[in-house]
Amino acid sequence: MLIEGLYFLFAAILVLAALGVILARNPVYSALLLVLCFFTSAAIWLLLEAEFLAVVLVLVYVGAVMVLFLFVVMMLDINLAELRHGFTRFAALGVVTALAVIVEIAGVVWVRGFGLDLAAGAASQPAGYSNTLELGTLLYTRYAYPFELAAMLLLVAIVAAITLTMRRRPGLKQQDVSAQVATRAADRVRLVRMDADTKQ
Amino acid sequence: MISLAHLLTLSAILFAVAVAGIFLNRKNVILLLMCVELVLLAANFNFIAFARYLGDLQGQVFVFFILTVAAAEAAIGLAILVVLFRERRSINVEDLDTLKG
Repeated sequence: MLIEGLYFLFAAILVLAALGVILARNPVYSALLLVLCFFTSAAIWLLLEAEFLAVVLVLVYVGAVMVLFLFVVMMLDINLAELRHGFTRFAALGVVTALAVIVEIAGVVWVRGFGLDLAAGAASQPAGYSNTLELGTLLYTRYAYPFELAAMLLLVAIVAAITLTMRRRPGLKQQDVSAQVATRAADRVRLVRMDADTKQ
Repeated sequence: MISLAHLLTLSAILFAVAVAGIFLNRKNVILLLMCVELVLLAANFNFIAFARYLGDLQGQVFVFFILTVAAAEAAIGLAILVVLFRERRSINVEDLDTLKG
């Protein structure tokens, strides 16, 4: 009973926060409400015994991605009035689309059920079961190559993000590392032979 | 008990809210990126729900990969946004008409 109560509480918070994200007047509020979305999602994932992913969601999303979003939102000087102009122009279409999506998916889910007993809950894992251990075992054996590819993708993303935002301002003093490394002693030091001065 | 149908319905609602958000905030690139994050979260909910109710951990592995790709997408998207703002002093989608599409 407690788990169902918590589930419906978190689900309500999640949907309200998601509505807040799309309706908030200020993008900063949107970003903060999205943080709330991710926190409540992590809580629901904990109820579903996906402990590792719940922690990853909080660490990666709340800790890194949303902080990045907040940085960008606060850094840019945005004209909010202009962006809000025409906010409700396609509102009716959007609401109709959203309701159609909900009705369609919910209809399929509640009628078909994917061959599973819809009313049944899943069996809990036995005591001593480690979600992280099981996930890690799978990730480092069967999914080892996709895992490496994901790491590669993150590296590419880092390089892309840095090269996109790096700007070379004229007059900026910076090191030219390749020139420094390629230099030879002959380019830098000039030995001058001169006779010793004699005392007059 | 929480059933699979409850979870899939919650994920459908989350997805629909995000789609409505794309309709509403169609001018603001930051809000569009946030709505894409919500869509990916809804997809992750489905994976986790099926992983739990089918007793198959591979769904969680896929959520792991989706999180990776979404983080990369957010980083590059925000980088493009910053460059765009530097060029145009605006993040209005309607100003992005250089290609005359």
